[in-house]
Amino acid sequence: MSDTWVPSARQQERDAYRRRQSLQSLLIAVLSTLVVGGALIAAVLSAPGWERTRETFFSWDKAVESFPAVLEGFWINVQVFLVSAVCVLVVGLVMAMLKTLRGPVFWPLRALATVYVDVFRGLPLILVLLLVGFGVPALNLTGVPTDPIVLGCIALVLTYSAYVTEVFRAGIESVHPSQRAAARSLGLSGPQSMRYVVLPQAVRRVVPPLLNDLASLTKDSGLISVLGAAIDAVRAAQIETATSFNFTPYVVAGVLFLLLTIPLTRITDRVSRKYGAVPGGGHL
Amino acid sequence: MSPLLSIQNLRKTYGSSVVLRDLSLDVAEHDVVVLIGASGSGKSTLLRCLDLLETVDDGVIELEGREITDPRADADQVRSRIGIVFQSFNLFPHLSVLDNITLAPRKVHKVPAEVARERALAMLERVGLKHRADAYPDHLSGGQQQRVAIARSLVNDPVLMLFDEVTSALDPELVGEVLAMLRDLKSEGMTMLVATHEMGFARQVADEVCFLDGGRVLERGAPEQVLGEPTEERTQQFLKRIIQAGRL
Repeated sequence: MSDTWVPSARQQERDAYRRRQSLQSLLIAVLSTLVVGGALIAAVLSAPGWERTRETFFSWDKAVESFPAVLEGFWINVQVFLVSAVCVLVVGLVMAMLKTLRGPVFWPLRALATVYVDVFRGLPLILVLLLVGFGVPALNLTGVPTDPIVLGCIALVLTYSAYVTEVFRAGIESVHPSQRAAARSLGLSGPQSMRYVVLPQAVRRVVPPLLNDLASLTKDSGLISVLGAAIDAVRAAQIETATSFNFTPYVVAGVLFLLLTIPLTRITDRVSRKYGAVPGGGHL
Repeated sequence: MSPLLSIQNLRKTYGSSVVLRDLSLDVAEHDVVVLIGASGSGKSTLLRCLDLLETVDDGVIELEGREITDPRADADQVRSRIGIVFQSFNLFPHLSVLDNITLAPRKVHKVPAEVARERALAMLERVGLKHRADAYPDHLSGGQQQRVAIARSLVNDPVLMLFDEVTSALDPELVGEVLAMLRDLKSEGMTMLVATHEMGFARQVADEVCFLDGGRVLERGAPEQVLGEPTEERTQQFLKRIIQAGRL
């Protein structure tokens, strides 16, 4: 159908008014940000101890000097994170599916998953690390890994999978039962309904909380240094600091962690927007 | 007397598709205007524009002589004067029937909780659901849910009620109870704009029937005329399909 619409004078006036309003809002936002930010910066810069603080935490020379050691340590964080994250997602997903199984036959599996989550969600990570890291090698079993990094990863996976299990379970249960009924009515088996209908919807809904746990995992990946063998970014910074009492290496480590987690968040946001924005649309 | 609701040259687009084009329509106080037309003819969009749930792309809507499409108008205030009931009820599932009805009076109109409760119960009595006041929407039939949704709108004393295919999601035997409520409302003098596929209802209750096609009012008039002797060919085709489907 041909369409030769020209905005009426009144509509043009409305559009102009809306443009003015949004411009005004933008100006207010920019101005208030500048004022608040400026005040904060001024407060810090005028603090009596600023010179010393800058020298202790933000020394450029010290940063350059400590960078190689901290970066090398950070590489361990990245490796531990990547391996643990994959295992955590797999274990968490499997446990979540076990927890959502219905029927008396599956009672032992459900109970196992429930006890597992209860225990490992409740135990402090540092305790699990020490138990696995020092307890398992002490058993002297053949074939059991003794490398502290591997044991550290196992401890991380044990703890984080418990959190992730609950995240996945919440997602699975948020999919309306009628979806499963529709899938079953088409002849899909129980596992097929889970795989092709329930999980794709569930996973998309839990991407943001999942990312919370993964971001937390990147930081806790450094805790395996308590087992002694691995020198991760934070431990490396600690060593650097110990020689000079200058805390800049910690700041360097912090920046590296940010460089890892912020892009992770942005990429995940983009991916989930692409596949998840339309309810029921898209595919996994 | 000026009409309660006046729509002039309304235009609404979604991206490149024009849903309403140059649509004009007046509704006098106490009148019941029924909108008919195929899906996609713009009925729902028109109602959503009237309740300011959509921003119009051009044209003017006036309620009681005041322009509500003006970006300076207080949209919340306007919406609190207009009631809208949706096809899918849209009751809040986490609130009981009573809380569904008292939410707006308490939070928007600042009515004391006790007064809001009294009013809600009176309204529930009117729609015959006082005994379900503490039930949750999930436990009601579709017809009951829709009656609660109507009560939820009415409790705010709207000057205009909009009904968007309120019986389309109901089982046939439940349609009657909801339409009966609309008849009651008409007899009480409520001004209503009703989008519906219930032609029998339109014939009995409407003061005026408007046939929407391609985003504009193609034909309007008394129900006997529009439904009985339509002059436009598109209207005739539409009614023929309805008759074939056994709905007239």
